[in-house]
Amino acid sequence: MAANTQRIEVTLETLLESVDLAESITMRIAEAAGFPDEEIHKIGMAVREGVINAYNYGNQQDRQKKILMTVELAPEDMTVRIIDQGQGFELTEIPDPLAEENLLRTSGRGLFLMRAFMDEFKVERGPEGGAQLVMIKKLPHVHSANGKHQPE
Amino acid sequence: MALQGTCRQIGEVAIIDFSGKITLGEGSATLRKTIREMADGGQKKIVLNLADVDYIDSSGIGELVSGFTTVRSAGGELKLLHLTKRVHDILQITRLFTVFDVQSDEANAVRSFK
Repeated sequence: MAANTQRIEVTLETLLESVDLAESITMRIAEAAGFPDEEIHKIGMAVREGVINAYNYGNQQDRQKKILMTVELAPEDMTVRIIDQGQGFELTEIPDPLAEENLLRTSGRGLFLMRAFMDEFKVERGPEGGAQLVMIKKLPHVHSANGKHQPE
Repeated sequence: MALQGTCRQIGEVAIIDFSGKITLGEGSATLRKTIREMADGGQKKIVLNLADVDYIDSSGIGELVSGFTTVRSAGGELKLLHLTKRVHDILQITRLFTVFDVQSDEANAVRSFK
């Protein structure tokens, strides 16, 4: 981690309330980092989906297990990691929610939304074997410098 | 804000005005319960007015899809009315616009049922 990177680490209970809490914490950090409102909303929602994934599928709503969330604010980007204590999974195992045959499925859109709302998204193996979701958003000034359009 | 739904009837069409968030937990549960009660009560023509719903997550989307299939299985139709930009965008990127009949005018929504 670079010297000018700020890092926040939060251990969340495997509770429904943790979803709102994680979203709220991350949105405040994104706001302080200077993201515009709509991007703050997207970051918050991506984190929300990540914690829902850890709560429901990773930790299987097991109160004994924890969800670790870290947020790193570097000069060029914001990285959020959400680590559960489940069995882990491969992105390739997840059905495409946009495929015609999956459109009427009632679940399976969370990972898609995380990928849609962040600049980078990947699933890694956490230190204890669970899933580690890694999502990265470039800071607004980096988008501007690259000439990227800022969504409204 | 917790999701709240108020039902009104225009002819054979039931319009449910929702306000709040449709998210994992209470919001999704309220949506599920409301639609299920309608379907169980024999209501075949249902419009969900989402004008005051500015937030929906994947759980809420799943519940909308579940409601759609529940009503359809019972021989009815469920339509959406007055989507906010955020809900509109989510339905668009998840391709659910190809599933739901989305209306922007209440009178047209009521008339659109067969």
